[in-house]
Amino acid sequence: MTTVTNGVNVQALLEAREVLKGAPEAAQFTWRASSKWQTGVHSEIKVENFFGLGEEHSHLQESVFQADHPEVFAATDNGITPIEYLLVGLASCLSAGVASVAQNRGIQLRSVESIVEGEHDIRGILGADSDVRNGFNDIKVTFTIDADASREDIEALVAQSQKRSAVFDALTNPTNVTVEVA
Amino acid sequence: MTGEAAERFTAVVIGAGHAGLAASHFLSQRSIDHVVLERGEVANSWRRERWDSLRLLTPNWQSRLPGLRYEGPDPDGYMTVPEVTEFIERFAKVSRAPVRTGVNVTSVRPAGDGYQVTTDSGEIAARAVVIATGACNRPTVPPVGAAVPASVRQLTPFDYRGPAGLPDGGVLVVGASATGVQLAAELARSGRPVTLSVGEHTRLPRTYRGRDVLWWMDASGVWNQRYDELDDLTRARRLPSPQLVGTPERATLDLNALDSLGVGLAGRLAAVRDGRALFSGGLRNVFSLADLKLNRLLGTFDDWAAMAGRDAEVDAPERFAPTRVPDKARLQLDLGSGEIKSIVWATGFRPDYGWLDVPVVDAKGQLLHDGGVVDRPGLYALGLPVLRRRKSTFIYGIEDDAREVIDHLARHLTAVRR
Repeated sequence: MTTVTNGVNVQALLEAREVLKGAPEAAQFTWRASSKWQTGVHSEIKVENFFGLGEEHSHLQESVFQADHPEVFAATDNGITPIEYLLVGLASCLSAGVASVAQNRGIQLRSVESIVEGEHDIRGILGADSDVRNGFNDIKVTFTIDADASREDIEALVAQSQKRSAVFDALTNPTNVTVEVA
Repeated sequence: MTGEAAERFTAVVIGAGHAGLAASHFLSQRSIDHVVLERGEVANSWRRERWDSLRLLTPNWQSRLPGLRYEGPDPDGYMTVPEVTEFIERFAKVSRAPVRTGVNVTSVRPAGDGYQVTTDSGEIAARAVVIATGACNRPTVPPVGAAVPASVRQLTPFDYRGPAGLPDGGVLVVGASATGVQLAAELARSGRPVTLSVGEHTRLPRTYRGRDVLWWMDASGVWNQRYDELDDLTRARRLPSPQLVGTPERATLDLNALDSLGVGLAGRLAAVRDGRALFSGGLRNVFSLADLKLNRLLGTFDDWAAMAGRDAEVDAPERFAPTRVPDKARLQLDLGSGEIKSIVWATGFRPDYGWLDVPVVDAKGQLLHDGGVVDRPGLYALGLPVLRRRKSTFIYGIEDDAREVIDHLARHLTAVRR
């Protein structure tokens, strides 16, 4: 087989899978974000530390995100809307999956692009119609992939990436959410 | 103690279904003295743990056991449950299997150079034990079942005989393997509104290019793929049973067929919260996965037919319409509204090794074995999914497995004797 270089260290992932099969406690991760309200509907969110493999870790650097709402919402638009961060998460998670699965299947990728669209009826959040939900009604992801593979193999990559995606699961299945005042 | 010494056999086979009887056949062939212990009657689970309309998934011509084959008038048909029972009974008679019925094994534990088998009618000592108790001893119900409101009747396939046993009104069938699709279709035909919750599944047409799809599985060699040659054995062993049904019409029963019957398709049941069933929004992807896998398999068949020069005897290659995605798949169902009167859990089965006092069962309740050779000298298993080949759980698949496992058992006996 020719050497495929998608930049994913699949060997390390496969080894981790074997090790964690016998050590479920080490597989427990906690991801964290800390948010600070600025003014209006603008918040600043920082992400740096997380817990996993039994200990605390830090990213190589702290990431800082601005979340706000656009001017059509009569807001200051210092950053993207919170619900758009879900699209960011979904697109990046599926793309990572495509690359990993392609690497594992020996498929060389040349480009992977996707457009993620979330259909949102804002009457829900405005309280204008109690039958309308607050969140997305539909999300559509469209991948454009250039790779050394048949269309069917590319479709299989995309299907497998959904099957193993954390964000896809978090969006398609219910999750218990607890919100407390410290 | 009554002073009665334990009985002795070289081998004890537990279970008189097709697997245990096949083991007995090969033990007899090697003149290894043995007994087959059966908690009920021969083919017990076929008699007591199956629904009325069930037929075998394999066509009659594939209903083969060592030294016994179907000789009736309908080789392309599928046996009903009474016919399967009769077929297995006939096998027990033809092979003169030393079966003791109505004997419940309560414990198997290591003793001396073999095992002590405790039953409700006495003790037996054996140098080797073959576990042929089956893979489907208990229906699996996911933990979310506990949150279903009491007003909704819950059934497993073991409780289900036919639509008449269910209350009138809507039914939620959970699980889209062979069991789930068969029960969903039967319930829809009884006039009940049916919702089918669909997770990952295995789509198969009943016939392909004019032949039964299981003919293709067999002839192309897919069914003969060995357990030690598969990329991901754990996955292969956990694969849901294919969406197949045996009917005189040889009809395909995939999700498109169910959609045409008016069955509503929903995603995998993810939770029951505040009396509402919540389904996954990932339905489209489980359709894609199943459609892609189906097309890959059909491609394998086509390649084989071309290579083996068999194209002329079958019809032209065909491809099936993709699974139709509902415009709006339901994401939730209010279980308290009266819309759903009953839930059928077609969520799989698991074996029961509660009686096995040997540490050879993993945390998930599965037996640790290598192609039926359990990780304890003298202990063997037969009749589990992909035990030694993809075809292992089918009646047709037992012969090769049983021969090889009993070969190993015989070698073990000789080695110990030395």
